This record gives sequence, C-alpha cells and structure tokens, in this order.
Amino acid sequence: MIRALHPQKPKLVVIGNGMAGARLLEDVLACDPSRFDITVFGDEPYGNYNRILLSNVLNGTQDAKEIFLNPLAWYEENGITLHAGKRVTKIDREAKLVYAEDFSVEYDYLVFATGSKPFIPPIPGTPLHGVFAFRTLDDCRNIAEYAKGRKTAVVIGGGLLGLEAAKGLMTHNVEVTVVEMSPWLMSVQLDEAGGKVLGQTIANLGIKARAGTVTKELLGHMNVTGVKFADGSEIPADMVVISAGIRPNSELAKECGITCDKAIVVDDQLRTNDPAVFGVGECVQHNGMIYGLVAPLWEQTKVLAKVLTGADATATYTGSKIATKLKVMGVELASMGRINDLQPTDEVVQFSEPARQVYWKAIIRDGKVSAACLLGDLAPADDLMRLFHAGAPVPDRRLELFFTAGSAKKEVSLADLPDSHQICDCNGVCKGTIVTAIKGGKCTVPAVGKATRAGTGCGSCKTLVKGLIEAVAGGVKADPSESWFVAAVPLDKPSLVAEVKARGLKSVSAVLRELGAGDDEKSRNGLASMLKSIWGTEYIDERDSRFINDRVHANIQKDGTFSVIPRIYGGITTAEDLIKIGHVAKKYAVPMVKFTGGQRIDLLGIRKEDLPGVWADLGMPSGHAYTKALRTVKTCVGSEFCRYGTNDSTGLGIDLEKRFQGFEFPAKVKLAVSGCPRNCAESTVKDVGVIATEGGEWEVSVGGAAGAHVRKTEVLCRVTTKEDALRVIGRFLIYYRDNAKWLERTYDFVPRLGIEKVREIIVNDALGICAALDVEVEKTVAAYVDPWLERDQPVYAGQFEDTKRVPLPVL
Amino acid sequence: MTATVTRVQLCTLADLPTGLGRGFEVGGRPIAVFLGREGQVFAVDGKCPHKSGPLADGMLIGEQVVCPLHAFRFDGNSGACDQESVCGIQAYATEVRDGTVFVTVPLS
Ligand SMILES: Cc1cc2nc3c(=O)[nH]c(=O)nc-3n(C[C@H](O)[C@H](O)[C@H](O)COP(=O)(O)OP(=O)(O)OC[C@H]3O[C@@H](n4cnc5c(N)ncnc54)[C@H](O)[C@@H]3O)c2cc1C
Ligand code: SF4
Ligand code: FES
Repeated sequence: MIRALHPQKPKLVVIGNGMAGARLLEDVLACDPSRFDITVFGDEPYGNYNRILLSNVLNGTQDAKEIFLNPLAWYEENGITLHAGKRVTKIDREAKLVYAEDFSVEYDYLVFATGSKPFIPPIPGTPLHGVFAFRTLDDCRNIAEYAKGRKTAVVIGGGLLGLEAAKGLMTHNVEVTVVEMSPWLMSVQLDEAGGKVLGQTIANLGIKARAGTVTKELLGHMNVTGVKFADGSEIPADMVVISAGIRPNSELAKECGITCDKAIVVDDQLRTNDPAVFGVGECVQHNGMIYGLVAPLWEQTKVLAKVLTGADATATYTGSKIATKLKVMGVELASMGRINDLQPTDEVVQFSEPARQVYWKAIIRDGKVSAACLLGDLAPADDLMRLFHAGAPVPDRRLELFFTAGSAKKEVSLADLPDSHQICDCNGVCKGTIVTAIKGGKCTVPAVGKATRAGTGCGSCKTLVKGLIEAVAGGVKADPSESWFVAAVPLDKPSLVAEVKARGLKSVSAVLRELGAGDDEKSRNGLASMLKSIWGTEYIDERDSRFINDRVHANIQKDGTFSVIPRIYGGITTAEDLIKIGHVAKKYAVPMVKFTGGQRIDLLGIRKEDLPGVWADLGMPSGHAYTKALRTVKTCVGSEFCRYGTNDSTGLGIDLEKRFQGFEFPAKVKLAVSGCPRNCAESTVKDVGVIATEGGEWEVSVGGAAGAHVRKTEVLCRVTTKEDALRVIGRFLIYYRDNAKWLERTYDFVPRLGIEKVREIIVNDALGICAALDVEVEKTVAAYVDPWLERDQPVYAGQFEDTKRVPLPVL
Repeated sequence: MTATVTRVQLCTLADLPTGLGRGFEVGGRPIAVFLGREGQVFAVDGKCPHKSGPLADGMLIGEQVVCPLHAFRFDGNSGACDQESVCGIQAYATEVRDGTVFVTVPLS
C-alpha cells in the first residue's frame, strides 16, 4: 500500500467534494502530486460534477452523465480516498480527527469546502410535496420527475438561478411564473431599466414574472396547490421551486470552534483561526465577502494549493471581482460589479435600443469600469469584462466602451488617504479604524457603522464609507436591508404599509411584535412617524417610541438642558412678542439667546422642569425646531418693503408655515420664499423653495439643502397664485412623506425618483392621485395639535420633572 | 475590601412610565431607572461615560439603555456598553414589592 511506503506523508483532508473541493484537489496535484495523503468527503453520493451545468440538466440540453468532472476512477488513479455519500459530522481539532457517521480519519491539514445550502424563506407551506430547492443533482432529478404531467409551476426568486430554473421548467411543459420580491428581476445585477428589458425578454420566452411581490404562503394539504402573496392574491401552482438565495454551510466549522461570521472566516492564505485548518469556496468569507460564483473559488483554490504544498508558501488571495453571464437560453445577459450601487460622482454611460431589447449600461468610477450590465446583445461584453477585471482606464471617448473598447493601460492607484484621515466627522472616526473594521468582515455600510459608529451621525460620510469598503473589500456586500424602511422590520415601505393596514397595526409595539426582526431606537422613531401618518387619530401613541425631543417637545443639548424656539411664522414677529421672549429669557435666566439659521429665536439652556413654565409664559406654539417635520419657512422682505420685490414673499411664507406646521416627515423639512430672483431667502437650497419671478409668477423648486449636503433645488413648476403654490407644495410634501424612506431627505428623494417623474405625478397628475394628496393635506392640517399644550397636562409620569432626590437611610 | 450596600425605597411602579426612564439621585448618586415593557425594572448610572449624557432621558430598547446624546447603548442588567472603546456603567439591583420600587446601592 502506498501509505505504508510513505509513513511520514502529511495527511490532507478535504470536506466537500463540490466545485471548490474538487478543484482544490486538482490544483494540489498539479503543484505536487505526491505531497499528501489525501482524503475527501462528499455527502452527495457521486464523484464530483459541475454544479453550474445543472441548469442544462434541468432544461434537458445535457444528460446528468455529461456533467461529471472527475469519475471515480480519477480519485483512485491519484491515490485519493473518496468517501462519497459520507457526511462529516464532527471534528476534534485537539486530536486532529474528522468524524463521519461510523468512522474517523486523522488529518494534518484540514480544508472546509462545504459550499452552501439554499435559503428557504420562513413562510408556511415549504414542507409540502412539490416544493423544491435547486442546488444538487438530486434536486434536479426530483424536479424533472415531479414536473411530469403538471401544468403550473412557480419559481420563488427572480435572480440568476431562479431564471435558470424557470427556463428549465419550461422545457417540461409547465407554465411558469417567477415571483420576485424586489421591484425588478435580477435586482443584484441590473438596474430598473435593465430589469424591465429582461422582464420583456423572458415574457417573450413565455415566462410570466411578478416583480415587487412578496410570497406569503404556499398553499395545499399534502401537495402544494398554490401560492399566496402579501397583497392577498393567489395563483395556482402544481409545483414550486425556491431560489431565494444561499446560506453558507459553516455550522460544522462553528461547532468545532472555528471563527465564523456569515461564513467561515479566512485570511489571505485561506487559513482559519486554526493554522491547520483552511477553507475555500462558498462556505468561506474573505475580507467580508462571500462569493457565489465559481471564478472567485478558482482563484482561491489556486492560492491554497500553493500554500499547502509549499510551492509558494507566501501566495495570497486578495479578493475577486465578480462578473457573470446568464446561461438561460434565449437571454443574452452579462453583468459585472454592482450596477445599482451608484455614487454621485460616478459617470454613467448608457445605450438602449428598445426595438431589439438591447440595453447597455456601464458605470465609470475614477476613470475605470466599476460595474456594467449588457442585455440583448453582448458584442461589447468581452472588452468591457477585460477592462473591468484589469481595472484599466476607460477610453476618453466613453462611447468607445461600447463601440470599440479602448486598450488597457496603466492602473490608477487607489485613493491613498492616510489612516489618520477623519472620515466621519460626527463621531470622529478615522479611515484606519474603518479599514480595520472592513478587514474584520464588516462589509456593508450599516455593519461598519455598528462596529465603528462611522456614518451613524448625520450620515453624510456614508458614501465615503461605501467607497472604502469597495477599495478594501472589493465590493459592498449586497445588503437587502438597504431597501427596508427601518432596520428592525425587514420590509420595504410599500410592503410595510400594506402589512400594517392589512393587519390593523396601530402602535409601534404591535408592528414590532408582528413584523419585527429586531428593535432599535431609530426604527421605533420611524415607525411612530409612519403609523401616525397612516392612522391619524387612530394611531396609538406610545411614548417609549419617541426620542426625548419628541417627548418633551424641545431640543436636548449637550448638557442635558433643552432649547426652545417659539414659532415665529415666516420669520415675522412683533414688538409684543419680542418683549415677551425677552421677559422669559430673563425670568428663567436663559444662558444664551440666539438667532437661528432659519430666522428664529432660540432660547438655549432651559431645564426640563422649566419647560412648561417657559411655554406658558411665551404663549406661542412650538417651533418644532427639532422634529422630523416642517421646521421653518424662511422669507425675504419681498414686495412689502424691498425695492426689488415683485411679490409678497412674507405673506406666502406665513401662509405656508401656518398650513404645514406640525406635518411630520421622514426627515426634517425646511422651506423658503424669496420675493425676486435675487433670492435673499436662499430658497434654492431648501427642501421646497419658492421664488417670485418678474412676470408675477411663483417658481416652485424642490430637493435642495445646505446642510451636510449642499444641493440646489430643481424646478418643479411655476404657478400664478398663492393658492396654487400652497396646493402644489402640499401635494409634494405629502407625496414625499408617504414615499420616502425613513430619514431620506428630499435631496435624496427627488433625484432618486427624477424631477421629471416628480413633476409628472405632482403637477400633471400622471398617477391620478393628486385629489387624494389634497385630501391628505386637509386631513393632516386638521389633525394638528400644538404639542406645547402638553405643558398643562403631562401625558406620562415625570414628563417634565427633574431628577428626584432620594436620601440614603440613616444607619 | 468589602462593599457595603443598602436597599433604598425609590418610588412606586406607577411613577415609572412604561418603556421609559426617570432620573433619581440616591444619596447624591445619579441613577436612571427604567420600566421595561415586560415589567422589568432596570437601574443604572444616570450619567453616560461618553460625554455625560442624561441616561434617564434615553430610550430603552429591549434591555438596553440608549443614551439620548450619541446613542451609545448599555445593558440594563450588567451596565456593559456595546462599544468596545467605551467603558460600561454601574448597574444596580432592583426589586419591586407591592408596587414599590427598591434599588440597592453601595454605601460610601
Ligand atoms: C443550478 C446552479 C447553477 C449555477 N450556475 C452558475 C454559473 O453559471 N456560474 C457561476 O459562476 N456559478 C454558478 N453557480 C454557483 C456555483 O455552483 C457555486 O458558486 C459553486 O458550486 C460553489 O462551490 P463550492 O465548492 O464552494 O460548493 P459546492 O459546489 O456546493 O460543494 C460543496 C459540497 O460539499 C458538500 N458538503 C457540505 N457539507 C458537507 C459535510 N459536512 N460532509 C461532506 N460533504 C459536505 C456538499 O454536499 C457539496 O457537495 C450555480 C449554482 C447552481 C446551484
Ligand atoms: S429676494 Fe428680491 S425681493 Fe426678496 S429681499 Fe432679496 S432683493 Fe428683495
Ligand atoms: S454622552 Fe452618552 S453617548 Fe455621548
């Protein structure tokens, strides 16, 4: 026996005989065929096969036999002991033993190549007969077998794999519907326009698609008979294939004490925290990234083979760029990078030819292709792919990207800011700290935020954080939570609103109980605001979902005191009110009286227990200067006094503020009105700005800000009367309130939709909702209550009380 | 060293708003007391170690007290902070008997 002849040969054990495991064996043999005594475990009862060709097996273009990579004889010839159909159940790292059901094997080096398993969403009905995942040869056979004689199939998940499954099912003569939760198909690889083109293309193939649809339940007693969606609708289904993503197989590693995060954590040498244990493939996480395509795995196995055999003990794996082509017959699609992750400074090059269903889009960042998608015609794909992988500069004439790709030249170096450079100014977090977190596997903006607090203040540095993740980890991980309205409930806003209405959830705690997957203060604040706008007076107001500012109706300051800003409509006050404010400032020894940037007077340093008294003495309503609500309407002097003024800016400002006071929004909202284009009220950097024109009209523009971000408004429309201005602004505000994500300012919301679309909806009533928006404005105006009135009647114990002093008992 | 502790009567349960905190000063020591939605009562230091935020004005998320100023979180049972760089706070044993809330604080 070979083993007897080489008693000293180190023992290499590989767990997993899939794409990565088998490739590793080949790479190891290529480096040094006689270095190790090799044993491999695979829990599938086969030699190894090419998993990515399973779709061909399903659609009948290839026979299962044709996709085997290495026959059993290959293992034998190379002296590899293969335990096919044997699952590794336990590892003893101390004794360096790997246990299968009924035996154990010793190792000197151990490699995890356990891949992943399909993610089955937690919806009722998944155990029914006729419900399948799509991962293994057996799945493939079972699906094909079950499909015989069936009529309808539903594929849950409109990603790459889901579409392959759908196409495969078509060949079995079943009618297929693909259901996708995101608003369009293949949302990881495509933007909205691309998703639409793809939808068209597959519709032409005879596959129905329902995007933006959440599956609620699989129906049936023994066998699945239908699928029910979150909106209550149902469709019949004789079978269901679930393709909703994957989960790495890392439990075994975790159980034996190997460090795992989302997957098994490995370093640049694919080594885990145990120097004798390694990992490759879909079961590992390198620099926070998990790769679900084979190309990266092959880069990994190559490095690991060198490291293991000592062919190049210093070889390192530094991450991969992801690019893929869809293999669905009849659909030409190539994708590289993350197309949806667009930064404000990115250049977008786009070409579309709807008649042929051709859509090309490339995103250029720092002069290089950072992402692209090509649909319908893949002529430029290879050149683009090459530029993408090489990180080579794109041609100066961007058109050449698509019509003749430029030649690869020198690589531009990464943004080399020093580690001490401060990225997050709110929390004082430096680049070095963030990079360390990213290297520690925090590869989403929220994850970095959680670990370092970067980006958790005003949020204006989030794009920088994202850029760093890209630079360090090679890509921001797909993070489904980005589309959620708030972090604690895994639903986007439309689904959340629908669920809340369907279930009649009227309090934050009810929403968290029924739909929540967590809890945090920002989510509660967001839910409170949303519920209030949905239910109005029926909303059950729980004070523990409010931030302190909203509990005591004043802005908390760094020393725990509060500031009070009396409502001064339009910034116009009177001598009486000024005197009153002065008296109050004196009476309560207000340490600082300040004019704010919004033309209001701020009384700073007021103690909590003095708040009711201050308000009573002032007798003016709350300035709402701290809320996610309408704050101030800034005005200029206008036609009343200014020699240039062409219209009554103060009058309109006061009317706007009176009408919209107390309106709550996903973020703060500031307005301004200027009496002529000299724009003294700085209306072009407000959420809504109004400027009187020479012709006697009002120009209404939206989406501006002069805070952490500076953005100029975009013109929405011109109106001739004050009433029209009030109406159109009211519509815009309600539309924003109901459709923006929590904490999304108008300067993100407007460009996200595009000003043309906003104009279509608000001005031209393209959706036919303007009347409903008007009704909502009236409802909200009517619901306004000055929260300062709580001064007379605290709504909970101790609302405006100072700390209670309790003496220690005398012993 | 032996620490001497004493049990002090604080307030009635009705004095604590559900899910919210109230500030106390027990023998000169600032303490934030929270009543959780499940009826638990937590008592922790009243001042945040970060920049002295008044924790009684914070929010209670599950069993964590969230500082109102910069949102550092502290475990209501142990006082541990969720950020490595920030030291935790002192948590005090509480007890509710017949609707009266007691807290145990060190004597010194
Ligand atoms: C239908 C389909 C089509 C695809 N198409 C493409 C494509 O076109 N392009 C592309 O790049 N990628 C594609 N992929 C993804 C690609 O197949 C995976 O990224 C790749 O297979 C991952 O390789 P792996 O070795 O890490 O895991 P796997 O190939 O899943 O291998 C892991 C193996 O380990 C076994 N195992 C797990 N735990 C144990 C244990 N405890 N004991 C013993 N054995 C164990 C598993 O059973 C499995 O056989 C496709 C995937 C599927 C399912
Ligand atoms: S914007 Fe025009 S009207 Fe208003 S104050 Fe300036 S110059 Fe006068
Ligand atoms: S003072 Fe408490 S978090 Fe800053």
